[in-house]
Amino acid sequence: MDTYAVNANPSLDPTLEQPTRDELLAMYGRMVLIRRVEERLGDDFTAGKLPQSVHLYVGQEACAVGVCARLEDGDWVASTHRGHGHYLARDGDVRGLFAEVFGRRDGICRGMGGSPHVADFSKGIIGANAVVGGGIGIATGAALAAQMQDRGRVAVCFFGDGAAAQGWLGEALNIAALWRLPLVLVCENNGFAEFMPTATVTAGSIASRAAGYGVPGVAVDGNDLIEVWQAAGPAVARARAGQGPTLLELRTYRTRAHTESESGFLSRPYRTVEEVEDWRTRDPLPRVRDRLSAAGVRDDELDTIDAEARRLAAEASAFAETNPWPDPSVVYGLMFHDQEP
Amino acid sequence: MARRRLMHALNDALVEEMERDERVILFGEDVEISMFGDTKGLRERFGPRRVRDTPISEGILTGMAVGAAAAGQRVVVHMFMANFLYTGFDGIANQAAKLRFMTGGQVRLPITFMVLYGGGRALGAQHADTPFPMLVNLGGINVVAPTNAADTKGLLKTAIRGDNPTVFFEPGGRGGEFGEVPDGDHLVPFGRAAIVRGGGDATVVAVGSMMKPALQAADVLERTYGVAVDLIDPRTLVPLDEDAILASVARTGRLVVVDESRDRCSFASHVAAVVGDRGFASLRAPMKRVTVPNVALPYAPPAEKPLIPNPERIVAAVLETLGRAPLATP
Ligand SMILES: Cc1ncc(C[n+]2csc(CCOP(=O)(O)OP(=O)(O)O)c2C)c(N)n1
Repeated sequence: MDTYAVNANPSLDPTLEQPTRDELLAMYGRMVLIRRVEERLGDDFTAGKLPQSVHLYVGQEACAVGVCARLEDGDWVASTHRGHGHYLARDGDVRGLFAEVFGRRDGICRGMGGSPHVADFSKGIIGANAVVGGGIGIATGAALAAQMQDRGRVAVCFFGDGAAAQGWLGEALNIAALWRLPLVLVCENNGFAEFMPTATVTAGSIASRAAGYGVPGVAVDGNDLIEVWQAAGPAVARARAGQGPTLLELRTYRTRAHTESESGFLSRPYRTVEEVEDWRTRDPLPRVRDRLSAAGVRDDELDTIDAEARRLAAEASAFAETNPWPDPSVVYGLMFHDQEP
Repeated sequence: MARRRLMHALNDALVEEMERDERVILFGEDVEISMFGDTKGLRERFGPRRVRDTPISEGILTGMAVGAAAAGQRVVVHMFMANFLYTGFDGIANQAAKLRFMTGGQVRLPITFMVLYGGGRALGAQHADTPFPMLVNLGGINVVAPTNAADTKGLLKTAIRGDNPTVFFEPGGRGGEFGEVPDGDHLVPFGRAAIVRGGGDATVVAVGSMMKPALQAADVLERTYGVAVDLIDPRTLVPLDEDAILASVARTGRLVVVDESRDRCSFASHVAAVVGDRGFASLRAPMKRVTVPNVALPYAPPAEKPLIPNPERIVAAVLETLGRAPLATP
């Protein structure tokens, strides 16, 4: 197993716990749904149906799903510009997602947020940030609220390797460690900050940044659902028990574009075809599927899961396409609660 | 009525609102010991969970305020000096001002960012700014700048009780001043200007700590020149009581705005723009702005002093709108 325990928390022994067959099946279903939704949105963008390009989550599904499987209702998740996966992993509504990305009236944010801001507070998504790293402070604040309210809630912040370069990460580690906030910082290291390879803009290891604050920092293979799930479990449990934050670095890879429109404006390639192909062999989905097969789940059952995900995505896309635009006057009622702008 | 210093009025408001609603939490740098007195005693009274000293991390404190508010707390975060709003601006400008909007109205953000502002005390360029313009321009942030103890208390209570983010400007130079504060649960609504004096010859709008020189100027104008001004305290810059200003200008035909922001795109410029748009027909003279020139505030007191609006500049501006000149000073 590809585990880099940088500042090992003794309770983080990945051999300790295995998901049950049903848990694994449920997680697989989420991952497949995310994959098919993202592929569909990619097609919709190519077909010129979206107002703007989208940042897709393809290849990173194990991260959102493995972490969110450890959460409960009432927990908070701060998401990013590449946030559709987090939203779906928290059981966000598929139609609401598509309508939002299409900029339509019945979008989950009424068409006001768009792809980078897809969030459903009722599902604990406390905003999706297009400010790289902008969710770190919000999640830390939500963790503070959770601590005040004493109901055992935790806050999880998803952010990229690019965001790890923001000073906010150090500030969050410091405060969350001092106050023992129920916070799990989840860095999805997908190899790039836009078109800059991580190594060219990130010194050292991200997980090891935690050590200086006395916080457990753990790096695992982000393309291995079970490793992610095994790392997230103790981190969430630690937060829930009031023992403070954990930094997880999930090493994954973005196999699709940074943004779907990139081929239209990039003057040169930023990675080789071979590199992408190599990572495709480590696609997180087949790895889970193989495990499920080994556990006796029949192929036709697994195929049905896939077909159902495709159907949901296609249905939601069609819904979004015919959903009306929002009334432009909506903007005047949203800046403040109960107050004119 | 009770005679209270402005800083004590702030403290009273915090105590009352923290007593009233246990969701109210307060954090910031040195809020436990309280350098200015506004948060003094709160840690002892409300305990270490609700009142917390933070690391020097303005960059994240503002974002944390947003997250804590979105997750159900009523947050007061003391940002210390107004210049440090720049350090923590993402949490205000990109998060607090936009999260509700971007999510289609899913969230309420009861946040009060408290700051001290203003020059005139040899604090140097990085501790003396009055950054009204950048906040007023955000759209999703209420901006409050009280001038006296009673309003300070009433407006801070309204801010803490409200469901929207507010930046609350504490006049730095006036912490020690006394004023009469009404007893009981004294609330001052946002968006309602106070008519401090009704004179009728010219309209003077004075913002925050500029009320003090404006009052002095009004006295001089009355005594020396026989000019009686309408003196208006907007109290809240967002929302702005445009109607009160326009009603006064409709009577006087003359407008002078006194504002400690730098002149370019100052809050005074905005007030002038509003009157230009909606009150042009009643104007009988060009509008005047009394502001800080487009420079940073220096340390040396003789260099700093003339940059801050003072009674002499206000008197001269009012007289100019009346086609008169100040008498030569001895
Ligand atoms: C504060 C800020 N700076 C720059 C950008 C432009 N930008 C958008 S995505 C991105 C890369 C982010 O990289 P990472 O955090 O690794 O996330 P990824 O896109 O790889 O998921 C950048 C720099 C931004 N949105 N926000």
